[in-house]
Amino acid sequence: MGTSVFYFVATLSVIFALMVVFAKNPIHSVLYLILTFFTFTIHYVLLNAQFLAVVNFIVYMGAIMVLFLFVLMLLNLNKDNEPNKSALLKVVGIIAGGCLVVTLIGSLKSVAIANPLVLKNPNLGLVENLGKELFGPFMLPFELSSLLLLSAMVGAVLLTKKEEKANG
Amino acid sequence: MEIDFVIEKFILVIALFAISLLIAMYSTYAERKVAAFLQDRLGPDRAGPFGILQPLADGVKMFMKEEIIPANANKWLFMVGPGLAMLCACIGTAVIPWGQDMMVGDRLVKLQVTDINVGLLYIFGVISLGVYGVMIGGWASNNKYSLLSAIRAASQNISYEIAMGLSIIALLLVTNSLSLREIVSQQHGFNWNVWYQPLGFLIFMVCAFAETNRAPFDLPECEAELNGGYHMEYSSMKLGFYLFAEYINMFVSSTVMAALYFGGYNYPGMDYMAGLLGPTWAPLFGTAIFFLKIFAFIFFFMWVRWTIPRFRYDQLMSLGWKGLIPLAIANIVITGIVIALTNNF
Repeated sequence: MGTSVFYFVATLSVIFALMVVFAKNPIHSVLYLILTFFTFTIHYVLLNAQFLAVVNFIVYMGAIMVLFLFVLMLLNLNKDNEPNKSALLKVVGIIAGGCLVVTLIGSLKSVAIANPLVLKNPNLGLVENLGKELFGPFMLPFELSSLLLLSAMVGAVLLTKKEEKANG
Repeated sequence: MEIDFVIEKFILVIALFAISLLIAMYSTYAERKVAAFLQDRLGPDRAGPFGILQPLADGVKMFMKEEIIPANANKWLFMVGPGLAMLCACIGTAVIPWGQDMMVGDRLVKLQVTDINVGLLYIFGVISLGVYGVMIGGWASNNKYSLLSAIRAASQNISYEIAMGLSIIALLLVTNSLSLREIVSQQHGFNWNVWYQPLGFLIFMVCAFAETNRAPFDLPECEAELNGGYHMEYSSMKLGFYLFAEYINMFVSSTVMAALYFGGYNYPGMDYMAGLLGPTWAPLFGTAIFFLKIFAFIFFFMWVRWTIPRFRYDQLMSLGWKGLIPLAIANIVITGIVIALTNNF
């Protein structure tokens, strides 16, 4: 039951992820990306990581993708204002894509079915356990990453301030 | 046992769905009656006694109207928009505990569809997802007013979600649990969370108004500037879905506020009533009290709509970012300090 659901959802994620790349319209791309994130949420639930699932749901699907959609709607991208790609760019693209395919095939050749990873504590993903883990053994990296986010935020605010000065 | 469980949950889901739709239906009637009362008019009074068949007449009208899909609209997304709005509105009620465990015959029935241990975050996620219906519909209509409205809805939702999340964090410091069942059962009797988190409740309520796009924050559909905004190009039942979704959202947010801050099914003297009515009827009485609280909130939503004029967009943004967010952060800090002091002394 568990594995068949996993394979079904995993196929869906791959299909939606491919659609993100192949969709002509950027808005459609973003909508497919939202669907991809939704399948990730299901993956987290299957892994018994409820907190991560719901945070992925709120932050990625509910907030970040809304902002993506917001920006794309504001930009109003059409076929007309799509920049023309020169022949050189296309050739470079083909070479880069070919390299990626070779790498992927090379890595897939050595793939063997691994032993399923068994977690010591299968309920690690529940809120209480995760919180104790994050604020216990992983306190320092957790706080450092929050500092990183804070500095990014301060930087973003600073950038908007500068523009204001130039205008006024 | 297994089949019993499935049937029990199935009945509960169907009942919840029916109740949500019924309440949304009669909210449209109530809205017009409340508006009429506040403006010293009579309101709808033709269909049936006191006009109580008016929602049915409106529903039939919505279904019978011609359905128009604009020529340059994105057909597929144009249809997805209202469907998504309705879907997100309806799934929120799944984690609400509607009453205490009830004895039916010799079976213990839980009046809650599911008790996931991140129930509060689930509701928060569903609310934040609700904006996609508006955004997708507004964009797919291929109309500049609709697009502007979609953009407004997006930025409004994102801004108020932050303050709402921060007010929930302060509540979590008090309750120590994310499970709605746990949060509600902690508020036994008159021990409601609103006494501990008055400021948090106020912030949460203002944000709930903004998240449901209700006046005075109904800028996405602002008829004075945007002619109805995102649902401007919609007709027939697709329009009906958008309007309906708004009322269901109002019902769900009233429910959440009543459950989180006003004790849900708890009321003073519930132990006495439990002894009086027995294990079958006492929980149902609690549920009835819960619904009274919900109706009070719905009435409050309407009262505000017909009393306070609409905000200007920059006022909305400065209230959200400069008013509510700092206030919510201050609330978290104060709550944290008070809890630390009471735990240590």
